[in-house]
Amino acid sequence: MALFGLVAVAVAFVAWRVNSVLVYDWDWSRVLGFVARFDAETGAWVSNLLLQGLFTTIRLAFWGTILAAIIGLIVGYWRTCDTLALRIISRTYVELIRNIPPLVFIFIFYFFISSQLFPALGLDSIDRDSPWVDNALFRMAFGEPALFTNFLSGLICLALFEAAYITEIVRAGIQSIDRGQWEAGRAIGLSRFNLLRDIIFPQAIRKILPPLAGQFITLIKDSAIISLISVQELTFLASEVAATTSRVFETWILVAAMYFALCYLFAHVFARLERRASRSRR
Amino acid sequence: MPSTPLVEISGLSKWYEDFSALHDISLTVAEGEKVVICGPSGSGKSTLIRCINQLEEHQQGTIRVAGQEVRPGMKGIEAIRREVGMVFQGFNLFPHMTVLDNLTLGPIRNRGMDRAAARKLAMEYLDKVRIAEQADKYPPQLSGGQQQRVAIARALCMQPRVMLFDEPTSALDPEMIAGVLDVMEGLARDGMTMIVVTHEMGFARRVADRVVFMDEGEIVEIAPPEQFFNAPRTERAKLFLGQLLAH
Ligand SMILES: Nc1ncnc2c1ncn2[C@@H]1O[C@H](COP(=O)(O)OP(=O)(O)O)[C@@H](O)[C@H]1O
Ligand SMILES: [Mg+2]
Repeated sequence: MALFGLVAVAVAFVAWRVNSVLVYDWDWSRVLGFVARFDAETGAWVSNLLLQGLFTTIRLAFWGTILAAIIGLIVGYWRTCDTLALRIISRTYVELIRNIPPLVFIFIFYFFISSQLFPALGLDSIDRDSPWVDNALFRMAFGEPALFTNFLSGLICLALFEAAYITEIVRAGIQSIDRGQWEAGRAIGLSRFNLLRDIIFPQAIRKILPPLAGQFITLIKDSAIISLISVQELTFLASEVAATTSRVFETWILVAAMYFALCYLFAHVFARLERRASRSRR
Repeated sequence: MPSTPLVEISGLSKWYEDFSALHDISLTVAEGEKVVICGPSGSGKSTLIRCINQLEEHQQGTIRVAGQEVRPGMKGIEAIRREVGMVFQGFNLFPHMTVLDNLTLGPIRNRGMDRAAARKLAMEYLDKVRIAEQADKYPPQLSGGQQQRVAIARALCMQPRVMLFDEPTSALDPEMIAGVLDVMEGLARDGMTMIVVTHEMGFARRVADRVVFMDEGEIVEIAPPEQFFNAPRTERAKLFLGQLLAH
C-alpha cells in the first residue's frame, strides 16, 4: 500500500510539473473514449483500441509465458545434457540472442517467420471463416481471426527471445542440483526421462521460481517491443491513439497504468505460487 | 561358502584423464558373500564399486553382474541396476518426496509395480529398518542415521541381488552409527550379498567373509577379517591399519 502511495505521489508530481512547465491542458475524455466507447447501434459499451490492445498484450503474456517456459525448459536441459550437438545448438541460441539487441533480433526473425515459416506451414492462408477459427473461444484465446498471423508472429518472436533467458535460468537450476541426486536416481534404475521428470526438474523448478517470475514480468514489458513489427498490442495501438488524439501524456500515462497493473498482478500470482511450493515441501 | 559368482570383475582399469584410478582389478563375489573393502582415502574404493552399477564408466576389463556383462554406455543398464542396490555416504534421498515416495519410486518406475503393491513393499522394508513411523515425513526432517536407514530401505525396495555400500556411516554422528550397522548386520544375516566400503573394523570382523585392501587403485591384499586385522601380510596394509588404530 505504501508502494501505491509512492507511485501516486510520483504521478501527481509529474503531472504538476507538466502542467506548470508546459502549461498543458489536460483532457482525458478523448483518450478515455479509446478505452471503451458506447455503440449507439447496439446500445452497449464496447471495447475500443486501448482495451483491445490490453487484451492482446494479456494474450501475448499468457501464451508467451507458456511457450517461453516450454522452450526454456527443453533448451535449458540441452545446455546441461551429455550430447555435444545439443549443447552446441543451445549455447549458440543463447549467445546469439543475448548479444543482439532485442529489436534487431525481432526485425530479422520476423522477416524469417512471416516470409518463410508461415508459408511453409500454410499459416498465411488460413480460412478466416471456418468454424474452427471463427468462434468465441478462438477470439478469447487469440483475438481477431483476421489478425491471427500477425499475433502469432509477434508471439513467436517474443517467446523465442525471452526463452533464451529462461534457458539460462533453467540451466543454472539444473546445475544447482546435487550430483548425488542424479546418482541415487540412476542407482535405483530410473531412465533418464524419469530421472529428470521425477527428481531433477521438481527440485530445480522450486529453486528457480523467483528468477523465473522476474523473467515472466520482463516478458510482459518486452512485449511492447513487438509493436515495431506491427503486432496490434497495447503499445502499438497506444501510439496510434496518441497520434490521432494528440493527447500524448494522457495516452501514455494510461498505458503505463495498464502495464503496471498487469505486471503487478502477475507478480502477485507468482508470489503465491512460490509460497505454495515452499509450503508443500515441509 | 556358497560359490555361484554374482559379481565378477576381471582386469578392470579406469583412468580419469591420464590419472590411473583403478589398475587391473580382479575380484569375484559369490552369491551370499560379504566383502568389506578398505584402504586409504583416494585409493579407488568408491570408483571400484561405482563401476559395478556404471555410475562410473571403466575403460578396460570386464564386469559381470549375475552373469550379464556390464558395459559403458550400454542399453538396458536399468535392468542391471535393479539387481544392484547402492547406499551412499551422503544418503542422497530425494528431499522433495516423502520417505514413502522415495521408496516406491524405483519399484513403480523400474519394476512397473502398481502403487498399492509398491507401498506395501515399502512399508515392509521401512519396518525392517525400524523407521515405519516416519513414512510420511520428508527426508530433511529426519536425523542422519534415520536418513541412512531410509536410503538402505530404498535400495532394498528394488529387491536387488547385491547391495553396495560406500562408507555408509562416515557422514554420521557417532551415536547414529550403531543403528545403521545393526540394520546392515540384519541384512547380512538374511543372506544378502554385500560389498561394503567401510573402516568400521568391528563390523568387518563380525560380518565380512573377506576383507579387500586397496591402495593407489590396486588390490593389495585379500584376506579373511581375522587374518587381515591381526596379521596383515603386506607392508602397506600394516601401515594403513597402524594409522587407522592411531585414531
Ligand atoms: N570425477 C573424478 N575426476 C577426476 N579424478 C577423480 C574423480 N573421481 C575420483 N577421482 C580420483 O580417483 C581417485 C580414487 O577416488 P575414490 O574412488 O573416490 O577413492 P576412495 O573412495 O578410495 O577414497 C582419487 O585420487 C580421486 O581424486
Ligand atoms: Mg570414497
